[in-house]
Amino acid sequence: MPLSLGFLRRLDATYLRLSLLLVVLAICLGGLIGDRLFGELGLRSMAYQMPELGLLALAQMVALLSGGFDLSIIATADLSALTMAFILTSIPPEAAGLVYAGWIGLALLCGIAVALVAGLFNGILIGYLRISPILATLGSMTLIKGIAVALSHGSVISGFPAAIVFLGNGSLVGIPMPLVIFACAAAPLGIFLGRTPLGIKIAMFGSSERALRFSGFDTGRVAIGIYMLTALLAFMAGLLMMARFDSANAAYGESYLLVTVLACVLGGIDPAGGFGKVGGLVLALVILQIISTACVVLGLSQFLTLTLWGAILIAVGGSGALREILHNLGDSLRRHPG
Amino acid sequence: MSFLQINKTSKRFGGVLALSNVDFDLAKGEIHCLVGGNGSGKSTLIKIISGVQPPDPGSEIIVDGESYAHLTTVESSRLGIQVIYQDLSLFPNLTVAENIAAGLHRGYPHIADWSAIRRMAADAMARINISLDPDTRVCDLSIANRQLVAICRAIAADAKLVIMDEPTASLTRHEVDSLLALTLELKRKGIAVLFVSHRFDEVLEIAEKVTVIRDGVKLGTYDAAGMTEKQLIYLMSGKTFEYETADRQIDRGQPLLSVKGLSRAGEYHDISFDLHPGEILGITGLLGAGRTELALSIFGMSRPDAGEIRLDGKTVRFASNTEAIEAGIAYVPEDRLALSLILNQPISTNIALPVIDSLAGPTGLIGRTSWNELVTSWINDLKIKVSNADNAVRTLSGGNQQRVVIAKWLATHPRILILDSPTVGVDFQGKDGIYSIVRELAAKGLAVILISDEIPEVLYHCDRIFIMRDGRFTGEFMAHRSSEAEIGEAVYA
Amino acid sequence: MPKHFKAFARRQEFWLAILFAVLFVGLSIARPNFLSLQNGVDLISSYAYTGILVSAMLVVLVAGGIDMSFAAVATVAQYAALTVANSWDIGWLGVLLIAAAIGIILGVINGLLINILGLSAIIVTIATQSVIFGLVLTATKGQDIFSLPGWFTDGVAIPFHTTLDGYQYFINVQMIGLAVALALTWFVLNRTNVGRQIYAMGGNVEAARRIGYNVFRLNLFVYGYMGLAAGLASIVHAQYNMSVSPTALVGRELDVIAAAFLGGASATGGSGTILGVVLGIALVAVVQNGLTLLGVSSYWSQFFTGIIIVVAVASMARDVRRRWYDNPGAA
Repeated sequence: MPLSLGFLRRLDATYLRLSLLLVVLAICLGGLIGDRLFGELGLRSMAYQMPELGLLALAQMVALLSGGFDLSIIATADLSALTMAFILTSIPPEAAGLVYAGWIGLALLCGIAVALVAGLFNGILIGYLRISPILATLGSMTLIKGIAVALSHGSVISGFPAAIVFLGNGSLVGIPMPLVIFACAAAPLGIFLGRTPLGIKIAMFGSSERALRFSGFDTGRVAIGIYMLTALLAFMAGLLMMARFDSANAAYGESYLLVTVLACVLGGIDPAGGFGKVGGLVLALVILQIISTACVVLGLSQFLTLTLWGAILIAVGGSGALREILHNLGDSLRRHPG
Repeated sequence: MSFLQINKTSKRFGGVLALSNVDFDLAKGEIHCLVGGNGSGKSTLIKIISGVQPPDPGSEIIVDGESYAHLTTVESSRLGIQVIYQDLSLFPNLTVAENIAAGLHRGYPHIADWSAIRRMAADAMARINISLDPDTRVCDLSIANRQLVAICRAIAADAKLVIMDEPTASLTRHEVDSLLALTLELKRKGIAVLFVSHRFDEVLEIAEKVTVIRDGVKLGTYDAAGMTEKQLIYLMSGKTFEYETADRQIDRGQPLLSVKGLSRAGEYHDISFDLHPGEILGITGLLGAGRTELALSIFGMSRPDAGEIRLDGKTVRFASNTEAIEAGIAYVPEDRLALSLILNQPISTNIALPVIDSLAGPTGLIGRTSWNELVTSWINDLKIKVSNADNAVRTLSGGNQQRVVIAKWLATHPRILILDSPTVGVDFQGKDGIYSIVRELAAKGLAVILISDEIPEVLYHCDRIFIMRDGRFTGEFMAHRSSEAEIGEAVYA
Repeated sequence: MPKHFKAFARRQEFWLAILFAVLFVGLSIARPNFLSLQNGVDLISSYAYTGILVSAMLVVLVAGGIDMSFAAVATVAQYAALTVANSWDIGWLGVLLIAAAIGIILGVINGLLINILGLSAIIVTIATQSVIFGLVLTATKGQDIFSLPGWFTDGVAIPFHTTLDGYQYFINVQMIGLAVALALTWFVLNRTNVGRQIYAMGGNVEAARRIGYNVFRLNLFVYGYMGLAAGLASIVHAQYNMSVSPTALVGRELDVIAAAFLGGASATGGSGTILGVVLGIALVAVVQNGLTLLGVSSYWSQFFTGIIIVVAVASMARDVRRRWYDNPGAA
């Protein structure tokens, strides 16, 4: 039944393609620089670097899955990090013990709150005011970044408690903390999107918002859910960035914005909405990170990484397009049109 | 004198013969109708005539005395064959004038000649006696006026044959009449018209010849005069579908749904009726009479300005369709492909969607077993032909897609099912399947509101029929005590 | 004509014009030097680069596409043209030709990939942006060019107004570039068959195909035009800043796209006008300039730009919203 397996094949093809790519990369690079790339040092550096982009890509994935876009994730991450930084740097020096922990907790709560407000704002613009996501988040990105710049005067705030710095630089039973945080976001997100009513509604929102509405759901509320979720993931990215650099700024991570989309599409998230799995995105992130680290190990220009990333997306997209063309050709030969 | 002649034309797709040795003849200025069920090969024939697909070798197409083995789209357009697709192929963001003269933009020199565009549009409109403001953007026009623009574009392109694919599907009766009058006008100008249509009453009213095609084989070309709808249906499907009005016993005690004096400005006025368990209530009337708007209000998607809706005697005010669904109301919209189904998503998800919140267990996760049980039971109950419930709904036939829609709503355990034009675009076999499902459901006590503009559909499958006109109920009939003629008179009066 | 006025009153341009007029009059009263010729010249010069790109972005958006790679393209064009100019005496014509050629070639490559890959334009151009930007940074090692030929930094200066005390105002490269870009884009979109085909394609691509427009070639034209504009804008930018930096342009693509949306271009294609785009940029320029003149800290300028964008897009979605809520079946 060549026609009837479309849905399953679609997902499997993504996994298959990405796994194949990963194996090819591992063999080629492994033969060339295996000891350094996949040695302890190489793996550790990858594990520290990948989660930043990874968390932002997870946020973008939720938006793409819903047929939208979120250009404001990085601005949200930075504003939320700055908020936390303000609070963390104003902890009175005499605070200790529980009081100290309370201050840190307060900072985290405020960071989450700021992010959620940003997400709520996007959700209202998109779900109730019915502005197209790309326009809405372009506007909110400018606005949110505007607030961050205005409040911080573009300066860098640094010097955080050790507990925060640990999140970005420490390790837990040998596993780098950033990777732990990433796993703590990716695994529940995968389950949420695949197994909970709201998760499934998000994908359905991406395929047909109107059909979802006629099925009895308030699509405005779903939109708010979507963009609050992306904002929550953006908060985690913001926390990780400030922890790793021990500083916060209104412009950190800006170059990641378009790369998150690249990673998602490479990971098989359909930019038209409705389809995509966290697993695919994680595979794509691993591939991107291996390329990046390999460039460093090989002593190539770090800028070349970006080129290779873009080229891989075009190549993977090209092979998909080629398959589709062949498939359609076969189909039109087989099918009996009305 | 024939304008278009097709000889021994076949088309094979892989192992399937879509068209087999078809001959077809169309005179200058003739109004001809092509009928056939889904998959009969009529679209393939149109595509061959318009040059979208080449026929197999050995076929011959003769246009105006010139013989061709196959045509390209450019050739067929140059020869005066213009196709008006069901979606009309207009540019919504451009003006009427530019849409009509869109062909001019192809030409050299590269400078756009605005005065030529306006002249061409004015000429085309004058030729068939219509007047639209040339500066209005097409997205601001009604569907009927958009169709006029599409016809004008064909005229402007010097059409000698206009092919219209399901042109009346979304027109009101009055608009259909104007379209039919326009067709006669085209004929007077020597332009032939080839209709592809599902609506046989209109076909027989206007066409001179009818060609019936089934399973890729032409059954024959007949004079429309003397042909009846029943004969056509028999030719098309090889079966007769005879229905009779029903006089079923309905317990007319406490009504399940009771609507009193319901009004919404500009949509419907002073609507009152009762609906009892097990009853099938028909609402018929012309397109634009306010039927869908009324249904949307009962379904909680728009709020009435006045009047009340009672369920089991208790007044309800729905803030959204979520509440209506909870109260036991289900609504299958007319545009089921866009509004009821998510075509590229799995069958299982489509069925489970309305009740998805109830599938989540205490952890908030959806249990795989309850999900599978739900989906499997509805697939079995409604006999949906599915090889794998995780396939996209898109892969199903039209009739099975319609069953998925019904399954999805039955899963919410409704007490009232509103079906809005459930058989539009479904062929006779498919329609028959839907009718029997509806009857079975009603026999089990479900109350059904069937909205349709096909009079036989409401007459033979409903117990009681309301006529809706300009937003008001203007007549009520008991099905078993009335006739098509009587209802038709009430609708068109 | 009341009929035409009514139609105009419903468009985005109308609201932009009113908002612009209010700000303009308000600022003129509050800060008389806002109206000075010098302020006007400065504003136009500093927004020329954005303006040229926005006018080409309008063409892309009208066609139903989007381009994220133009800043990377502009970087390559700028760097290559001025590197050559530093070694050979190629003059203005040479610099412009090199930049234009590079822009067109890279733009056409975008168009080809979008046509062939079947991926959405945003994805393809994000990928090409990464490829191009990565390559240009690798090739240049991220280093700026500080010294440019004297004739280039001198630019063009055509006096057009002399004050009583003998102070001269000049027409400069930026003004010429902006005027050419706006005029050319207006001409292409409204007065050529290609332009009308682009509107048609943006409105209904399938219908455009059926009627015999060559969608493949139209896409090449559209992205080629964007590339050309990126090439020319890059030269205008380099002349204004009197330096070339491979990292100066990339990362600010969204400002350009936001200005085009602000001017009424739709994200789904088929609509948008040059007038709207001019008003959109003018609005952003006047707001930022006004804040400076009013003494508001420059840190707040992005915040106010954000507010304007959000308000503008929210008001633009009015029509969509009305259809969605009044007739849920048809929206």
